[in-house]
Amino acid sequence: MSQLAAAATLSAGTSTGEAFQFWVLGTVAVIGALCTILMKKAVHSALCLAGTMIILAIFYLANGAYFLGVVQIIVYTGAIMMLFLFVVMLVGVTAADSLKETIKGQRWLALLCGLGFGILLLVGIGNASLHQFIGLGKANAGGNVEGLAALLFTKYVFAFEITGALLITATLGAMVLTHRERVERARTQRELAEQRVREGKHLPPLPAPGVYARHNAVDIAGLLPDGTPSELTVMQTLRERGQIRDVSDEALGDLKALEQRAAERLERTEEASK
Amino acid sequence: MNPVNYLYLAALLFTIGATGVLIRRNAIVLFMCVELMLNACNLAFVAFSRMHGNLDGQIIAFFTMVVAAAEVVVGLAIIVSLFRSRHSASVDDASLMKL
Repeated sequence: MSQLAAAATLSAGTSTGEAFQFWVLGTVAVIGALCTILMKKAVHSALCLAGTMIILAIFYLANGAYFLGVVQIIVYTGAIMMLFLFVVMLVGVTAADSLKETIKGQRWLALLCGLGFGILLLVGIGNASLHQFIGLGKANAGGNVEGLAALLFTKYVFAFEITGALLITATLGAMVLTHRERVERARTQRELAEQRVREGKHLPPLPAPGVYARHNAVDIAGLLPDGTPSELTVMQTLRERGQIRDVSDEALGDLKALEQRAAERLERTEEASK
Repeated sequence: MNPVNYLYLAALLFTIGATGVLIRRNAIVLFMCVELMLNACNLAFVAFSRMHGNLDGQIIAFFTMVVAAAEVVVGLAIIVSLFRSRHSASVDDASLMKL
């Protein structure tokens, strides 16, 4: 009987500290995953996913996979998520998902499918006979990295080499996919200047953005003498994305406030002089 | 705590990722959901590795990471070239092979 009890504690296998860590961080991981699929903007999704991945790295460490835990942080949160952020930057940070459904009721059906699939998985795990947890104490005895290396370079060496070929192919594929051949010769500065003179519009360079008082950001249009913003001062990319901040009203508001303050002060001085 | 809970967590994360793939339209977010599913599988592999007391599960998880890296590189390149030709990252707009 005492042997049975000992086996039970062995199979339970985790300390109270690990249980606490699991429940706290597991909750955060699930919240991060939910935020990944629910956030409207791709940047927010990427940040939530990065948080979930870091928590998974901690879980790997807790499970005795020390090498994988570090690789998870370096490769996933370091390299892959940064790649995602770069692409989000290229594609446009403000590109939010349209919430219009193209197939009627698709979202609810998808949620239903997800729910059913989840129940299926959880019940499957619940019914599986997973009573014996051996633990990695013996396998990690000579060091986790050494153990992994011994397996990787003997039993799995062929798969490892194919992986190298896969990575090279992926790199080449990415280069081929994003490469663009220049069809025409780039025009020189002199040719551009001559074209400007020929067309007769905007002979000097375009005006700079944000040349108004304390605002000097690139997304703020410069104001014309009558106080209206000039579209010409903001670069074309921002203009097309509609990311121009208009401060022309602000200027008028500031002026009004200034006048009001001046009037108050004048009244006060008048009262004082009386 | 029973270490089986790690498997439940992996199943939950996988389900969330799969649902995300079904309901989202932005190609980048779709890819993130696929990454989430791969990560959930990795967690399950690591938990199984602990369960069986050998390192083969961790080796498989390692290979999953490598394949995920290659997949992300090619996938994001496809998204960038799609965005260049269509000015949109929505998978609904990419219903035709040619523009």
